[in-house]
Amino acid sequence: MIIELLATPLGHTVAALVAILAFLGLNGLVMVYMERKVCGFIQLRPGPFEVGPRGLLQPVADALKLVGKQLVTPQGADALLFWLAPFISFAPVAICFLPIPFGPIATGMNMNLGLLLILAFSGLNALSLVLAGWGSNNKYGLLGAARAVAQSVAYEVPLLLSVLAIAFQVGSLNLSTIVEGQKGILSWNLFYQPLAFVIYFISATAETNRAPFDLPEAESELTAGFHTEYSGMGFGIFFLAEYSYMIVVCAVATALFLGGYDGPFAPGIWWFLAKVFFLVLILMFFRWTFPRVRFDQLLNICWKWLIPLGLANLIATALVMKLVQ
Amino acid sequence: MSMKTIGQTIKSLWSLIVGLKITTVEFCRPQITVHFPRKEVTNLGTYRGHIDLVPLANDAQTPRCIMCGYCADTCPSGCISLKFHMTGEEVNPEQRRRLLLGLDVAVPRSGGKTPPPDKIERVLDKFDLNYNYCSLCGLCVQGCPVGSLAFSRDVYLVGRARQDFEFDLLGRLKSRAGTNSGKAAA
Ligand code: SF4
Ligand code: SF4
Repeated sequence: MIIELLATPLGHTVAALVAILAFLGLNGLVMVYMERKVCGFIQLRPGPFEVGPRGLLQPVADALKLVGKQLVTPQGADALLFWLAPFISFAPVAICFLPIPFGPIATGMNMNLGLLLILAFSGLNALSLVLAGWGSNNKYGLLGAARAVAQSVAYEVPLLLSVLAIAFQVGSLNLSTIVEGQKGILSWNLFYQPLAFVIYFISATAETNRAPFDLPEAESELTAGFHTEYSGMGFGIFFLAEYSYMIVVCAVATALFLGGYDGPFAPGIWWFLAKVFFLVLILMFFRWTFPRVRFDQLLNICWKWLIPLGLANLIATALVMKLVQ
Repeated sequence: MSMKTIGQTIKSLWSLIVGLKITTVEFCRPQITVHFPRKEVTNLGTYRGHIDLVPLANDAQTPRCIMCGYCADTCPSGCISLKFHMTGEEVNPEQRRRLLLGLDVAVPRSGGKTPPPDKIERVLDKFDLNYNYCSLCGLCVQGCPVGSLAFSRDVYLVGRARQDFEFDLLGRLKSRAGTNSGKAAA
């Protein structure tokens, strides 16, 4: 009965969603641990060490602490928007995972416009940050939200341009098709479109609000930016969403540029996860290496460099594809 | 956009890669953190703990201190208080008064003044440190004429109340002499 249900498209999607949510929860714990360990190692300290063997239970303890805290709605806040924001931030993430091909079979939903779906739903994140900033009736929150909008709007353009270059090349917006086009390490798109990869990765760092582009939550300037007023799980959900978006952008990068689940010996899904977490590791290294950019620098990088380069890359790709045909 | 800006940009991009290289190297280096309860730090050569009395070379029970009072006077925070009494042969009340003022003792070989009684000894009764106010400036350690003060090396000093940081240094010296079976701990 259950197997029959799973075989229907709807059943498959529901099962995939459940699996994704479970994965996201687990992933949050793993990434918190990973981030703190990476940061510790870079600074020659051990990172979390005392809770559980080698500090493995630290993220669990952190999560319990967050769950146990009181949820405070600040005075004068718009309670509805304020509490809606974390969910608007987190809910689309689950959908973003659906079209990602983790393995030949492990794909939540094989759809033609998968890439478009991911880009569209990840765009909702900016909205949630605005709601959070606006709803919390706090100047830091509002400033963080304003920054988040400017940043998202700016960096979505080069992100799309670099993704489009791949779409032009492969002629499809279906992630599974794009992955299947890359068999063997030499046919990875990374080697055909290195510029697009660099542009994509920089824009993705900015889109996920990771340092050095973490202006919406810049601690030293804005306390905590848009989530200043959130306590307990309100903050926890934003946190989870941030880490989930990291996985989304790295998974898309893996599928687009690094051959997805392509790899010898081990089953595809392990290769996919290994590549994703390698990219996540690079993102973490960025965070602990580069100082935060200034706001004008942030927009300069985007409008003066990434967008012209992305456009040039796109035109060049289009020309080459036309000539090859 | 001139050639210069492009060159500048490439240079900046390169600096980003250099930065990543540095963090990667640090990432792979062994940690320097010492996991405290299981291990303790050893490189304490330059560590300044609270001050402690240094005993005589031949008598671990007695501090080198000659009770000049310099440290108590010079401490900018007034952390140090000491008390002593004198033993001496035939110290009459008049002499004792002058001794306490330090008239005779402070100026040795001062010509026509009354010589001090033959055997006068000062005995330290109390040497207290209020570590709460100490700024670890080191003036007392530096200025002690007989090197009777030194910084202790106790990194793991913990206390829950202000009283825990009021030390009886003389008592500490004595108990240290007791536990170390007379070995001088500098
Ligand atoms: S170190 Fe400085 S502050 Fe501390 S007791 Fe000595 S003179 Fe006073
Ligand atoms: S300066 Fe030295 S000798 Fe003088 S009272 Fe202080 S500890 Fe004793």
